[in-house]
Amino acid sequence: MENLETPFDADKQLIIAEVRRFVDREVIPVAHQLEHDDNYPIELIEKLKQLGIFSATIPEAYGGLGFDFTTYVQVVEELSRGWMSLAGIVNTHVLVAYMIAAQGTEEQRQRFLPLLAEGDKRGGLCISEANAGSDVQAITMTAVRDGEDYIINGAKLWVTNGVHAGIFAVLVRTDPNAQPAHRGMSVFLVEKGTPGLTVSRTFEKLGYKGVETAELVFDAVRVPAVQLLGGSEGAGFKHAMSGLEVGRINVAARAVGLAQAAFNDAIRYAQQRATFGKPIAQHQAIQLKLADMATKIEAARLLLQKAARKKDRGERCDLEAGMAKLFASEMCQEVTLDALRIHGGFGYTKEFNVERYYRDAPFMLVGEGTSEIQRLVIARQLLEQYKI
Amino acid sequence: MKIYVCVKQIPDPNTVVSKLDPNTKRLVRSGVSLVLDPGDESTISAAIKLRDTVGNSEVVAVSMGPASAQEAMRRALAMGVDRAILVTDPALAGSDALGTARVLAAILQKESPDLVFCSTESTDGYTGMVPGGIAEFLNLPQLTFAREINVEGAKAIIKRVTLTGYQTVECPLPAVVTIASGSFEAIYPTMKGIMSAKKKPFTQLTLADLAIDPSQVGEAGAREHVATIGKAEARAAGQIIKDDGNSAQAIADFLQRYQLL
Ligand SMILES: Cc1cc2nc3c(=O)[nH]c(=O)nc-3n(C[C@H](O)[C@H](O)[C@H](O)COP(=O)(O)OP(=O)(O)OC[C@H]3O[C@@H](n4cnc5c(N)ncnc54)[C@H](O)[C@@H]3O)c2cc1C
Repeated sequence: MENLETPFDADKQLIIAEVRRFVDREVIPVAHQLEHDDNYPIELIEKLKQLGIFSATIPEAYGGLGFDFTTYVQVVEELSRGWMSLAGIVNTHVLVAYMIAAQGTEEQRQRFLPLLAEGDKRGGLCISEANAGSDVQAITMTAVRDGEDYIINGAKLWVTNGVHAGIFAVLVRTDPNAQPAHRGMSVFLVEKGTPGLTVSRTFEKLGYKGVETAELVFDAVRVPAVQLLGGSEGAGFKHAMSGLEVGRINVAARAVGLAQAAFNDAIRYAQQRATFGKPIAQHQAIQLKLADMATKIEAARLLLQKAARKKDRGERCDLEAGMAKLFASEMCQEVTLDALRIHGGFGYTKEFNVERYYRDAPFMLVGEGTSEIQRLVIARQLLEQYKI
Repeated sequence: MKIYVCVKQIPDPNTVVSKLDPNTKRLVRSGVSLVLDPGDESTISAAIKLRDTVGNSEVVAVSMGPASAQEAMRRALAMGVDRAILVTDPALAGSDALGTARVLAAILQKESPDLVFCSTESTDGYTGMVPGGIAEFLNLPQLTFAREINVEGAKAIIKRVTLTGYQTVECPLPAVVTIASGSFEAIYPTMKGIMSAKKKPFTQLTLADLAIDPSQVGEAGAREHVATIGKAEARAAGQIIKDDGNSAQAIADFLQRYQLL
């Protein structure tokens, strides 16, 4: 008797191949309809749960599979190739799990991570507010100590998974007078159903449909002090930023997956559609486009993998994550537009998926920090590294 | 209960355009991407479903194939099969349905199964002769085209697909059962399943382990000879029925002729 012993890498390849198969068979056939109807994909979420997607990055000791980010980004890429929104539902979940695993107290890990790993309770991230997006330090939500509890007041905007998530990581001010402001910030873990926490509205969006983007109102929400992430006040901004590194890597992976889907459709269509007596793929102008598209996708993928590997080594990677996110999201916008151009008039109709890709792409330019903010992060790091 | 599933690794029907080698007159299997037969995925799922209903049972995947077939076995294990047995031997190259059935039966003989599941036919060769051969070698009853399987006491009861509906058929255990294609939705391996597949028992055997004389299998033992291969007839143009008031009848007649009604 022997075992099919293989290095961990071979397992990873099998897992990615399996996700690819799942996306081809289960996601792509239904994505178009779900997206156009703006329906939350309940059945697909159930299947993703069974597959184990929600437990992927959670450490094994807490009921997860303990994947590294290098593997995880390839899973995200595949999901996004099928439907970008699915990768979005997974994203804030993974972010919240990461923040708890990396920054939480042992008690918090034991309490929340197994719940998140099962996927019934998914994670939502509450950082942005109506008047604080790029400028995170401008948030106004407060948490005030009251005996063994804190009382949270304020509103959070743009909360992905805001309606369906079960556990929210919420960035608040615990010391409104702190200078600079970020020193007075903390993250709380708040469960859905806590009295005073309500969804006040959801947004209709250009793309990124099916997954809800909500406003959450916290009206005197009482949260026990044991739900303060990491157990001490003042580290929230740092916690949120380290979570955002993961978020940026994730968005880069979504951009690569989405662009890949657009490229796949475009290169197929270019060989089917004929003009002036030959398939348009035989016109050099189209070939140049296809070559540029594929090259840019590959470049983005390499940036992304470099950032993920650095995160896996436990190193700070805001520079690499920023570069990957910036390049991949801008690339995605260009590639989806090129795919639309290659489809001609049909590309502008709802009959073809490129129309969806084109509407989904701009989200990547904004979510988890805009391109402008990525450039600021990158430049800050560069000036640090190249200081004279 | 011990449920065995005979599985096969084949050229990926979703990505590989099947080619026949004009010299050997066989399907080209080298240099192409190989997968667990998608039909077998659904047969494995049927076995797992039965195992989980009956309880206290195991599902074992058995296969004959080259060393590369390990990959297909791993996929079966990832789907939830409990253990796997693969017979690999250079002398097996060129085996026909008879030789394959002989080898699979020899494995099963050593294992004393309660049930042996096979897909009705493979998605590459489509001969559909292996399950009958196994039943014959093992001297077991065979139930065919099952779309539903239950076990009651020492009996297997199936719903057998027919052109017009189904028959309920039963037989004593042990038995060989072929599964009608598309009757069971294929289970996806979970990520956990994939990770744990490598920890499950996997046995690789040779002909010597099964005490099979190499002259009875492979090229040497083949009784089936492909005389010629030729191109399939090009598809004829469809028949267009003009609506002159009787088109409904004409369409019904057409469908009836092909037993589609
Ligand atoms: C669909 C969707 C889902 C989202 N999900 C979440 C979520 O789950 N959780 C969450 O917390 N947030 C979420 N967000 C919020 C997102 O992170 C913010 O929208 C984003 O950070 C931009 O912030 P803002 O919208 O306030 O834009 P602003 O900060 O007002 O920026 C407006 C413009 O000014 C530019 N700008 C701002 N500051 C500078 C500067 N210093 N230099 C140069 N240019 C600058 C920006 O790049 C942008 O072009 C989501 C957003 C969307 C659209």
